[in-house]
Amino acid sequence: MARASMYHRLVVWLLLLVLVLPLAATLLYSLATQWSASLLPAGLTFDWYLRLWSEPRFLAAFGRSLLVCAGALAFACLLVLPAMFVIAYHFPRLDAVMNVLILLPFAVPPVVSSVGLLQLFAGGPLALVGTPWILIGCYFTIALPFLYRALTNNLQAIELRDLMDAAHLLGASTFRAALSVVLPNLRKGLVVAVLLSFSFLIGEFVFANLLVGTRYETLQVYLNNMRNGSGHFTSALVISYFMVVLLVTWAANRLNRDPSSS
Amino acid sequence: MKHRYWALLLLLPFILFFAVFQLVPLAWIMVASFVTVDGEWGLSNYRDVLDSPFYLQAIRYSLEISLWSSLLGLAIAVIGVQSLRQVDSRLRDMVISFTNMTSNFAGVPLAFAFIILLGFNGTLTLLLKQLGVIEDFNLYTKGGLILIYTYFQIPLGVLLLYPAFDALRDDWRESAALLGAGPLRYWRHIALPVLTPALLGTFVILLANALGAYATVYALTTGNFNVVPVRIAALVAGDIYLDPNLASALAMLLVALMAVITVVHQWLLKRSYHGKG
Repeated sequence: MARASMYHRLVVWLLLLVLVLPLAATLLYSLATQWSASLLPAGLTFDWYLRLWSEPRFLAAFGRSLLVCAGALAFACLLVLPAMFVIAYHFPRLDAVMNVLILLPFAVPPVVSSVGLLQLFAGGPLALVGTPWILIGCYFTIALPFLYRALTNNLQAIELRDLMDAAHLLGASTFRAALSVVLPNLRKGLVVAVLLSFSFLIGEFVFANLLVGTRYETLQVYLNNMRNGSGHFTSALVISYFMVVLLVTWAANRLNRDPSSS
Repeated sequence: MKHRYWALLLLLPFILFFAVFQLVPLAWIMVASFVTVDGEWGLSNYRDVLDSPFYLQAIRYSLEISLWSSLLGLAIAVIGVQSLRQVDSRLRDMVISFTNMTSNFAGVPLAFAFIILLGFNGTLTLLLKQLGVIEDFNLYTKGGLILIYTYFQIPLGVLLLYPAFDALRDDWRESAALLGAGPLRYWRHIALPVLTPALLGTFVILLANALGAYATVYALTTGNFNVVPVRIAALVAGDIYLDPNLASALAMLLVALMAVITVVHQWLLKRSYHGKG
């Protein structure tokens, strides 16, 4: 038995090692003064981070990414929440249709959608290519399956019908009941879903690069454009990006586990 | 009753925006792929793709990289999850959380991290060379791409498979052992048949994930490696030669490939142990 448990521990640590390795190398590289043709860096420094965080182009790209992601998520919530409520309360049978629809953003790779989007929004009344607005629209579709699934699970857990009946008995309109009874009950699930969606939206590159590129340079596009610069500088950028993702997912997990915050 | 139809109005903005950013672009590709250079209906775009050694090579590379990275990723995930379920909960929770985070580590940042680790002057490349384990390693080849794709398949595989292992009950292993079955026979006759649907489903998702992946290979090779997503992007946003209709045909072929995989998956599921029950 002891030998078996040794084996399992070894496998798990190996798995962890494989997953950590690229990140650890990047972290060390971002802290190195110089590191070439030797096993370990010549010296350690925080210089690359200082340089990165005082670089106006990086700060601008980071700000744009935050803005686009936050905008897309706010927009997605605005569209998805009422739609979900109407489906759950009035037309439960539409849920099956929705479950098929939300498979599309999963099944169709962004590079495929981009072909159509580029032609449709290149000119005419909806000349959105090259503007952040098209990213907000596209990110809404990427976040949708995730938001919908997460919120459906939450809605099923709260006995929607009983809550609504109680609110109606007390004289609230359907609108008022949805807003001040159902919504607060969904708050925690919503915040967690939004945070997790944010963590993958900020890493989105395909739409950002193909539809907008340098005309509204977001974080990932900036990172890609820095490819010919110093490897230490881009490493500091990669680690900074990963730290933001780490922070957001950590907050989401904390919130998810903490029973008192609901 | 009237109330219900008013409620339907609330669905409209959602449907409208979903159509504009998801359904219409897809429909546009479908239509455009059948429009020839002269503006007439025809199959010439598809013929151009299937007659061109260049595009056929892209399809073959895409399939090879996706297939191998999915198989390797799945195998590593199975071995990993199997062990994860046997270790103490502190280590397990730590590894699961970390896996969750690395599932976001893909695309451009991942490509850069791999260049630092395994590029021509990568840390690991140098270490392995000094130890005499390898002669040379080129990350920018098919083998290198399979490696980096496998890396981003592992977290996805682990996260998808972990809940599926709930289906395996501990007492089955004990019963099998009591009846004289070793670990190999237990896996062959009990665990694998029970897990087959989950394994197939995960494999299909990994395959689709790899087939559609663009950011990683683009960032790693600046679009110089010939796979389908890179070709599609070059045809609509490249700087040499643009042909959106040809890009549409290529995109439709990619979607068709995924559809075929899904159909085969469904067919296999029906034939499997669970489908018969």
